[in-house]
Amino acid sequence: MPRRDYGTPTAPFPRGARPFFLVPIVCFIGLFIVFGLGLRKDPAILPSALIDKPAPSFDLPPLLKDHPGLAQSDLKGKAVLVNFFASWCAPCREEAPVLAGLAASGAVSIYGIDYKDNPASGRKFLEVLGNPYQRVAVDAAGRTAIDFGLYGVPETYIVDAKGSIRYRLPGALTPENLQSDILPRLAALRHQP
Amino acid sequence: MIIEAGHFALVLALMVAIIQVVIPLWGASTGRRPLMEVAQPAAVLQFVLVAISFAALLNAYITSDFSVLTVAENSHSTKPMMYKISGLWGNHEGSMLLWVLILTIYGAAVAVFGSGLPPAFRARVLAVHAMIAVGFILFILLTSNPFLRISPAPPDGQGMNPVLQDPGLAFHPPFLYLGYVGFSMAFSFAVAALLEGRVDPAWARWVRPWTLLAWCSLTAGICLGSFWAYYELGWGGWWAWDPVENASFMPWLSGTALLHSAIVVEKRDTLKSWTIFLALLTFALSLVGTFLVRSGVLTSVHAFASDPERGAFILLLLGIMIGGSLVLYAIRAPILQPTGQFAPVSREGALVLNNLLLATATVTVFLGTLYPLFLDAINGPKVSVGAPYYMATFVPLMVPLLVAMAAGPLLTWKRGDLLGVTARLRVIFGVSLAVMVGTSFVTAGKFALAPIGIGLAAWVFLGTMQDLAGRVHLFKGSFSDTLRRLGALPRASWGMTIAHAGVAVALAGMTVSTGWSAEGIQVMKPGEQVVVAGDIWHFDSTAPVSGSNWSGMQAQFSVSDGGGHPFTVLTPSRRTYSLQQMTLAKVAIHTNNLANWYVVVGDPQPQGGWIVRIYWHPLAPWIWYGVLIMAAGGAVSLSDRRLRIGAPVRRPAVAAGNTHAAA
Repeated sequence: MPRRDYGTPTAPFPRGARPFFLVPIVCFIGLFIVFGLGLRKDPAILPSALIDKPAPSFDLPPLLKDHPGLAQSDLKGKAVLVNFFASWCAPCREEAPVLAGLAASGAVSIYGIDYKDNPASGRKFLEVLGNPYQRVAVDAAGRTAIDFGLYGVPETYIVDAKGSIRYRLPGALTPENLQSDILPRLAALRHQP
Repeated sequence: MIIEAGHFALVLALMVAIIQVVIPLWGASTGRRPLMEVAQPAAVLQFVLVAISFAALLNAYITSDFSVLTVAENSHSTKPMMYKISGLWGNHEGSMLLWVLILTIYGAAVAVFGSGLPPAFRARVLAVHAMIAVGFILFILLTSNPFLRISPAPPDGQGMNPVLQDPGLAFHPPFLYLGYVGFSMAFSFAVAALLEGRVDPAWARWVRPWTLLAWCSLTAGICLGSFWAYYELGWGGWWAWDPVENASFMPWLSGTALLHSAIVVEKRDTLKSWTIFLALLTFALSLVGTFLVRSGVLTSVHAFASDPERGAFILLLLGIMIGGSLVLYAIRAPILQPTGQFAPVSREGALVLNNLLLATATVTVFLGTLYPLFLDAINGPKVSVGAPYYMATFVPLMVPLLVAMAAGPLLTWKRGDLLGVTARLRVIFGVSLAVMVGTSFVTAGKFALAPIGIGLAAWVFLGTMQDLAGRVHLFKGSFSDTLRRLGALPRASWGMTIAHAGVAVALAGMTVSTGWSAEGIQVMKPGEQVVVAGDIWHFDSTAPVSGSNWSGMQAQFSVSDGGGHPFTVLTPSRRTYSLQQMTLAKVAIHTNNLANWYVVVGDPQPQGGWIVRIYWHPLAPWIWYGVLIMAAGGAVSLSDRRLRIGAPVRRPAVAAGNTHAAA
């Protein structure tokens, strides 16, 4: 190891920076670009290839003993909400009271899909926070979620009486977006199916 | 007019900050002492001006002046006084002003207490610190001005989210910001050192108290936040790996690494460029954390994009500060030559291991928090990252860290004797292993992490105690000799012992409360009772209650032990906040410091009764006690005399502080 004494208040700049010390700034530039791209996107407009198209075909086993699972064929006949949730997802806990209130109002049937979750944890989650769903299915592998084009959990889809996806709401349901986005669309579907 | 005066004071503070950047830097580079000396009065003046500005806004909140836009949007005349005050920082604009206020407090503190620093260095530190202030005051004035008026003024405000109306959360942000912003001091010291091209033990000693202060505040802030989540959100958990929590946890992890690596710089004059990097990184993470979360880019991507001007400004600010400092780092860090050398097995080696593990853990949390954003930016598949990810990545990293934690302090500097340390630790190793095996019999394989967690807690605690016993020659010399050594032990040593013991306490609390908690969820009516974990919970009655801005019901539960002896009465309640039409369940908790009895009353049922959730969390209080003990350890270390008197002269190498190395 060279021993040098830097007694002067400012040491001279070396001729070239060593590559090793460039790693942090290179990583940061990468991060900066990612943030910049993130900023330019309007996340309210999500890729919604499935809007007004039939829901993907799937058949998932039930999570609970006393509630049936969910398949594509169950989505026909009336407008319903399909809600993806998971016990490990914090916003899902936040939206639980909203879902519970909606279920109690009887305005619409809500079907749940427990996404990439341990079924025991999923059951406990519903025991603790209440079960707003008439049907609850397990998508342990997340395959159906991919077919739906899930953005993340929680996420809620409006499916019309013909089984077509009409709207998707990424993120947690809140009293506000329930009033402004979900309920008006459900009312419209009821009047002109 | 007071509000306009506050606005004006903030503009003046910006002017002063600009002066504080330019003149001292000019003075330091040309060697002119009078110009360098501008920095101290400027830093104090800047603090006074920002304080005036803050007081003006506070006055508007206290007097409920709804002609001020942020007050109208976030406050309400019926809110209790405490929440009128905390409402100031419960929103973006006000919290930014609190942020800048704390920034200037730190700057003024260095100006006042930093008389031991060389004038040129102090001038550079304060100038760099003022650069941060310029950036953020500009940000407030241009995009997040809390002093805007609305006309006509509304008759009353829109109120504040009831969930935030809680004493725990009222004082959570100031502590958190004391921590976040405190790392700005380490940042300024690091940038100033890079400008000078010189890092030595004296530098490490100067930067240590500021880092410690920030670390203690952040630790206390995280503790408050976690406790708030436990008793206010009512789901019985204390950590959810939420992006908001992670944002405070990342600077804590890298700040912890910084505290440890700065010791190596101080004692052994090596690991310099790494320590500088950690100082830059910790503040960078504080910035990224504050803003990405504040702006909502992580939780709901909407808020950020809904105000692209604000988002772009933040990004530009981050780019200049972090990018600029990293460019300086790339140019200057190579000249920071270590003078001390050490073998892989040594105290330094153990601290390097500590740093590697903490840094990897930071990266793990960082990736987990930002992964959805990364994928989104490249139009990849959409994912959410939850607790399973952290259990699989973060937790395994903590195991070797905790194993090394007991052994590290026993190693000597330069070259350690691993065999000797192993021999000294064999009894403790045996005891911890016995604890682990015993625990696994109790859990019978149900909760795999419990034996590991408890065994590690025993290992860390006993190892820390053995280190202390060794330093004071317990049982080796006479009792009076041991007492004398106890008295002579430096505070920094005590700080380490206390903080490490705190880790063991918190770990025991986390493991036991996760592994052995019991819960009962059922519909109950007054007069009914239920047994949870052997205790009888009797639902006595309900009664109406009300507060200044809410009304609701309060339930009463008598809890008695298995023998029928009542030991506590708990009164959980349900509050409906009339303004927001929001009902909140208020948890009631009884604790005997070894376990928590936790009850929350849920929704009323159509057939009568309420959903009642009852939890028994053994050792849960230890989680927060442990974290507070860690913060207390930091505070004890902060009170060390060596830090207070500072290091008046720069020495080429420091051999002091090795007094216990032979122990």
